[in-house]
Amino acid sequence: MESKKEIKQPLLKISDLFASTDDLTILKGVNIKINSGEIHAIMGRNGCGKSTLSKIIAGHPSYKITSGKIELCVNDIEPLEPEERAQSGIFLGFQYPIEIPGVSNLEFLRVATNARRKFQKKDELDTFEFEDLVKEKLDIVKMDSAFLSRSINQGFSGGEKKRNEILQMALLEPKIAILDETDSGLDIDALRIVASGIKKIANENSGIILITHYQRLLDEIKPDYVHVMADGKIIKTGDSNLALELEKNGYDWTDEFINKN
Amino acid sequence: MSLIEINLTQTMVNENLVDNIVSEPYKYGFVTEIESEKISKGINEDIVRLISSKKNEPEYLLNFRLNAFKKWKELQEPDWADLGYDKIDYQDIIYYSAPKQKDKIKSLDEVDPKLLETFDKLGIPLTEQKRLTNVAVDAVFDSVSIATTFKEQLAEHGVIFCSISEAIKDHSDLIEKYLGSVIPASDNYFAALNSAVFSDGSFVYIPKNVTCPMDLSSYFRINSGDSGQFERTLIIAEEGSSVSYLEGCTAPMFDTNTLHAAVVELIALDDASIKYSTVQNWYAGNEQGVGGIFNFVTKRGKCIGKRSKISWSQVETGSAITWKYPSCILIGEESIGEFYSVALTNNLQQADTGTKMIHIGPKTKSTIVSKGISAGHSSNSYRGLVKIGSQAKGARNYSQCDSMLIGDKAAANTFPYIQSQQPNSEVEHEASTCRISEDQLFYLQSRGIEFEEAVSMMVSGFCRDVFNQLPMEFAAEADKLLSLKLEGSVG
Repeated sequence: MESKKEIKQPLLKISDLFASTDDLTILKGVNIKINSGEIHAIMGRNGCGKSTLSKIIAGHPSYKITSGKIELCVNDIEPLEPEERAQSGIFLGFQYPIEIPGVSNLEFLRVATNARRKFQKKDELDTFEFEDLVKEKLDIVKMDSAFLSRSINQGFSGGEKKRNEILQMALLEPKIAILDETDSGLDIDALRIVASGIKKIANENSGIILITHYQRLLDEIKPDYVHVMADGKIIKTGDSNLALELEKNGYDWTDEFINKN
Repeated sequence: MSLIEINLTQTMVNENLVDNIVSEPYKYGFVTEIESEKISKGINEDIVRLISSKKNEPEYLLNFRLNAFKKWKELQEPDWADLGYDKIDYQDIIYYSAPKQKDKIKSLDEVDPKLLETFDKLGIPLTEQKRLTNVAVDAVFDSVSIATTFKEQLAEHGVIFCSISEAIKDHSDLIEKYLGSVIPASDNYFAALNSAVFSDGSFVYIPKNVTCPMDLSSYFRINSGDSGQFERTLIIAEEGSSVSYLEGCTAPMFDTNTLHAAVVELIALDDASIKYSTVQNWYAGNEQGVGGIFNFVTKRGKCIGKRSKISWSQVETGSAITWKYPSCILIGEESIGEFYSVALTNNLQQADTGTKMIHIGPKTKSTIVSKGISAGHSSNSYRGLVKIGSQAKGARNYSQCDSMLIGDKAAANTFPYIQSQQPNSEVEHEASTCRISEDQLFYLQSRGIEFEEAVSMMVSGFCRDVFNQLPMEFAAEADKLLSLKLEGSVG
């Protein structure tokens, strides 16, 4: 078993990644490797670089990689535009999903799904085929079809927005999904719906990164690995017990760790 | 390369892409080589007389023109709009230009094939085999109407649809009664000029209780570079009748400015309804602001009858300068006025457009929805007046004016004027300005949607309230004329 795991190519490999915005260095040497079928959690204080890492992987134009590499299935993704990254299987679940007035949610989901399908060399879906598909996926997040005819995220509650993110994840079938604080702002019922949706979508061919502050999401979805991030680096990696430890002891020790190094 | 430089380049790349999308090359810029009859440049009383005599007009019309010319000389060119342009030399314009044709054309077969070809190229085929099946078209080329389709079929319903020149000959009673009854020659500088020198345009008469069996449409084509276009449209809807009318406009690319000063008058009697939609795509000039049409247009409808309704919808994408305020005078009790507008400006285009809703009768209602999109270095202003007269008890208005900025060098302004002399009335005004944000673009891109498509989706979404008002047949054309790749992105 051990030797088999070694020859397996990682889905996502981040090597010694440095990145900055407006001359401010935010990531200071991140290393992480995610194999298919794995669920990783990244935890850490506000401002430690968790969200920045997720945006950089997705290709946000405000951030710039200064050194290091991000590879998706051994391909360097740096030259790819955000849309090309999405088409090739990277999905970012937003902490604050964006409202776009006037653009129908259904049409948005269809265009996005077809962009991904085109890349996968699958047939693009017409309106009817897509409606059938989306209805099936709505169940995963217990969403009402009324949300489809509304503008993207406009007037959605916090929980509805997050469910809409997971619906997108279900439709796009990403290779690697980075879910940035998907649990924030959710009550316990909404959290359970979202978490069970994520579990249904998770499969052995894809990987998931959960970015979170809290244990409660990890009670629902047990991660294979937990990484603790501080000052733009991953300072400790462990199994799900590490998250429990953090829950008990807090993050103060990470400050000490940074000061010492 | 430093980080800041890299970020800048990225932003510039994005902006250039936006530019590319909103400034797709002008597809209608060709010139038709055709021999035309032009009179000499300049304007004076003799020119006005000459135009009238060329058209064999009755005396009342000559007097109408001469009076208008007198008024025009007394009036001042308006300068209150938020527009800047070089002074127009009115003596450097040709006021009459017509393609040379046989004197009397009995059928389309006799129309110069070059003219038919021109309209074919513009997507408005006129010949019987190819013409649009659900729309009757009046095609105006420079100063004259060259053909009107479906005339006979419409006549069976009593509908008159012809050029205004023909109407002057054949329906003089209606012309004498209604021409200038909504927009008198003294109304404003450009209306006075039009009244003095108007050459052609469309005429529509819908008899009592007739619902016009098909949409009517005029297509205005400026071909000549040194002549102005001064068309005049008059639509009369008798009691209980209704009609939907669309106007389209294009012009070749010249590096000089061409003046277009049109007048459109609508009259709706009891329970009548007129829907007037415009897709304006005059040549806008090049990226440096050279050339393009100066578009100074007066459009107004009079809801004379009870429960009558006049609805203006416009998609304004062209012209170097747009000065245009399609308005409604709501006289009849419970009459309704509507104005739905999308105005897109790019490069150095300037638009000052909006509406006037004049509530005179009781329980009159008006709705204004204006969407302005400014890109490049352009300037886009909404200017509107809602006036509630002392007799307009129970009158209501709702106005919504939204602006969208693309890039950081464009300007958007809103100038709403509200005057009410009737305490028992309601006026509501909402306004908003937004910019396509990087976050919105990134959100769509991060779902695999190309940058161009993301911009189109957002612009289209922004305009949706107005596009929904366009006649179905023309909604697609509006998309095309917006010069944005909007197809398929909105259901």
